Amino acid sequence: MATHASFMPGVKVQNRVWTWLTTVDHKRIGILYGTTSFVFFLLAGLESLLMRVQLARPDSTLIGPQAYNELFTMHGTTMIFLAVMPLSTAFINFAVPLLIGARDVAFPRLNALSYWLFLAGGLLLNFGWLLGTAPDAGWFGYANLTSRQFSPGPHLDFWILAIQMLGVSSILGALNFVVTIINMRAPGMQLLWMPVFVWMVLVTQFLVLLAFPPLTVGMIFLMFDRFFGTLFFSPAAGGDPLLWQHLFWIFAHPEVYILILPPMGIISEVIPTFAAKPLFGAPMMIYAGIAIGFLSFGVWSHHMFAVGLGPAADSAFSMITMLIAIPTGVKILNWIMTLWGGRIRFRAPLYFALGFIGMFTMGGLSGVMHASPPVDLQQTDSYFVVAHLHYVLFGGSVFALFAGAYYWWPKVFGRMLDERLGRIHFWLTLIGFNVAFFPMHILGLLGMPRRVYTYAPDLGWNLWNLLATIGAFLIGASLLVFLANVVKTTRTGTPAGGDPWDGRTLEWSISSPPPAWNFSRIPTVHGRDEFWLRKHGDHDGRRPPDPVPAAPAPIHMPPPSYWPILVAASLLVMMVGFLLTIGQVAIGGLLTLLSIYGFALEYHHKPYGDEVRPSS
Amino acid sequence: MTGRTKRRLGMIVVAGALLLLLSGCARVQMPQDTFNAAGPEAHKINALFWPVFWIAVVVFVLVEGLLVFALGRFRRRPGAPVPKQVHGNTRLEITWTIIPALLLLGVAVPTVGTIFSLARRPPGSLNITATGHQWWWQVEYPSLNVTTANEIHIPVGQPVYVTVKSVDVIHSFWIPRLAGKQDLEPGHTNHLTIEASEVGTFLGQCAEYCGFSHANMRLRVMAQSPADFEAWAANQAKPAETPADGTAAAAGMDLFQNGRFANGLQCTGCHTIDGIQGAAGILGPNLTHFGDRTTFGGATFANTSDNLDGWLHDPPGLKPGADMPNLGLTQEQIDDLIAYLEGLK
Ligand SMILES: [Cu+2]
Repeated sequence: MATHASFMPGVKVQNRVWTWLTTVDHKRIGILYGTTSFVFFLLAGLESLLMRVQLARPDSTLIGPQAYNELFTMHGTTMIFLAVMPLSTAFINFAVPLLIGARDVAFPRLNALSYWLFLAGGLLLNFGWLLGTAPDAGWFGYANLTSRQFSPGPHLDFWILAIQMLGVSSILGALNFVVTIINMRAPGMQLLWMPVFVWMVLVTQFLVLLAFPPLTVGMIFLMFDRFFGTLFFSPAAGGDPLLWQHLFWIFAHPEVYILILPPMGIISEVIPTFAAKPLFGAPMMIYAGIAIGFLSFGVWSHHMFAVGLGPAADSAFSMITMLIAIPTGVKILNWIMTLWGGRIRFRAPLYFALGFIGMFTMGGLSGVMHASPPVDLQQTDSYFVVAHLHYVLFGGSVFALFAGAYYWWPKVFGRMLDERLGRIHFWLTLIGFNVAFFPMHILGLLGMPRRVYTYAPDLGWNLWNLLATIGAFLIGASLLVFLANVVKTTRTGTPAGGDPWDGRTLEWSISSPPPAWNFSRIPTVHGRDEFWLRKHGDHDGRRPPDPVPAAPAPIHMPPPSYWPILVAASLLVMMVGFLLTIGQVAIGGLLTLLSIYGFALEYHHKPYGDEVRPSS
Repeated sequence: MTGRTKRRLGMIVVAGALLLLLSGCARVQMPQDTFNAAGPEAHKINALFWPVFWIAVVVFVLVEGLLVFALGRFRRRPGAPVPKQVHGNTRLEITWTIIPALLLLGVAVPTVGTIFSLARRPPGSLNITATGHQWWWQVEYPSLNVTTANEIHIPVGQPVYVTVKSVDVIHSFWIPRLAGKQDLEPGHTNHLTIEASEVGTFLGQCAEYCGFSHANMRLRVMAQSPADFEAWAANQAKPAETPADGTAAAAGMDLFQNGRFANGLQCTGCHTIDGIQGAAGILGPNLTHFGDRTTFGGATFANTSDNLDGWLHDPPGLKPGADMPNLGLTQEQIDDLIAYLEGLK
């Protein structure tokens, strides 16, 4: 019972580190995901600043080609796999069980395993920096540049092994949340009454389940080519580098929606709260998200219009790609209509949500331009695409993630972030973002290709590159403001109370931070925006019946477990073994098997979980 | 309009004006400017780009305008009641499903037309082959018996059907003022058409990341009048001239033909010069008419004595990743080689 006591909020424990290493609480795992991925976000940001320093002037020799190639590879890979995706996962972990009125996820230990695998994969990817051999073939790792012949040395081995681990982590997480969302909703919560954030998460998890396997297949082919001498991607032996492009983009286009749908869900919670109105056309928003999810699997070749697939294929992929603009446009207009007729309170979360609408719209429209293959032939692999993808993934995803951070921060930590610093953060980000990325549209159309470490001085690109560098540093400064806000409010922030924003969904009906068991009584749901209905009633002023007060019943809580971190650590030992000796692979493999065995049989001889009696 | 919205609008106007001003200052030569199309293929693409661009601008202004208006109009005022809890409006939502669908149909139809038109092989075209190497381009004119590197001469007004292929990794052929990109896939051959409507030099560079020195894999197209082009091609098809005895160039030729340098390497092991016995290497560029080129090293360096001097002292020092190693040449050897190479007109 001693270990169990550590799960009670406010109870001082002797070994705080141990409780974090063994936690299976979705809220703590969410915090772990959030802090870890934010550190990776800063790291990838630092990498981009170094690139921008190099590109500030033409013919610059500050950073050589090798370092530059490693920087852009690591920036892309880190931002996608270690920053934006797991930042979403942080919110998913923390908020989804609260939003559906559950006490935890369906498989709490598996959830912890996802996190530790993610951390292990992230560390493995970055080991390359420590050894001076970071991956250098781009986040897309096009074959046959990735073969041993053209990429000797261990650079890409880190990349392949790390992404495999991250894939396992994502797939386990996806299984967990699909089961959680479908099975653990509070009584009465119909599927269409689920908050739209939860819906977008559900769609995203299906995308993860279906999109990662092709990537895994490609990675295994590549691993065999590099480690065991197979020739899947070797044209001289009848293999085909194009196979990689298909496998990769069948993963990577849905991945774009894996990166954007949860942020869209966050916006769909923030905007109604600060407009004091329900989300306009919530069912339509849900159908639009599902439609985007389906279509995302039919558009991968729009990344390949220049490879020569032929006019018929190009036409087909072009038109399916354009179709995606329709549900996306519906979403944008529905968000605006949510604001229409509302009572809008301008607070930091809303600022970032509005930034999302403004900037993402721009990214969407530039996307329609290169949905047209002839136009794309000028834009693809140029800085225009760099601009486009940052308007989608920074202007879109990152703005929304900050909206979510300001929105749920008081719920997670019980204290408000400083509003004034929040607004400074927002304006600095918005300005820095546009100064950094808008000029890249122009650069691309002036013929500047991507992934070049240097450029000639007489091409008319100098001014735009300098501007982009200045903007990148403004973004860097904005992040310092955010960090200052966190540091300042950790000690002196205003206590949040349970419901600081006049919230609409169930997480605001409990204390901040929530108790380990979330809900002392599992709520019963009577409609969309249950908590708003309880406070303000529907348009006829009808409220759902008050919950029947009853004596607190004992709550069944999952106890901490050290097996998840052991499994992840053993797998890391095995993966690193591929870079060292076959002996270490064997030892790591054995450890992995043993720890999975321990994980599986942990509750074979003892009852699963303990009962707690909530104090209130 | 509230003071706040006014201020915000003001900021937007100022920012726009600033950008215009900056772009005015930046009115310098832009040799890879896609807007400045110099041939029918690039024009076809721009004819598609501009309507899509203006549709996007109109949609952008409408959406952002609606957003800004809603923000100003519905900001919370003291004592305002709880707003009406509107859940949606099916008719509106169907409307803004159909309108973008129609707009996209308007984009899709000309798009498909242009896709097929760009893919067609034009009649009466000149055929050339461009082969990607890490990190330079080999260019062949099979019908004219010409092989050169990094610089493609073409006659104005005649479509040129370029077959592209790669000997190592994926590259991408891109001359922005003439046409869109075409990837070079190892194991496949691809094609694209370029045509210049005016005399001039059109710059481009490899557009698919191809490893270490990707940034230094540039190329250029020199469009000439048909007569000039024919003269150029006739000269290119000839073997190299032998320099007069006793000159520095003759000494350079001797070095090229017979010299053995660091690790026993010979020039002829990698380079071809037509007319020189045994000079048939294919790993590096064909140098038969090297002196006629304006650039070298993946079209990255101007073909000047100074640059050649730097190159011959230490090729990878000048161009990162160059395959040609430092041969440990003496200054005298370098001067002789430069004299020889510059004479290969
Ligand atoms: Cu290349």
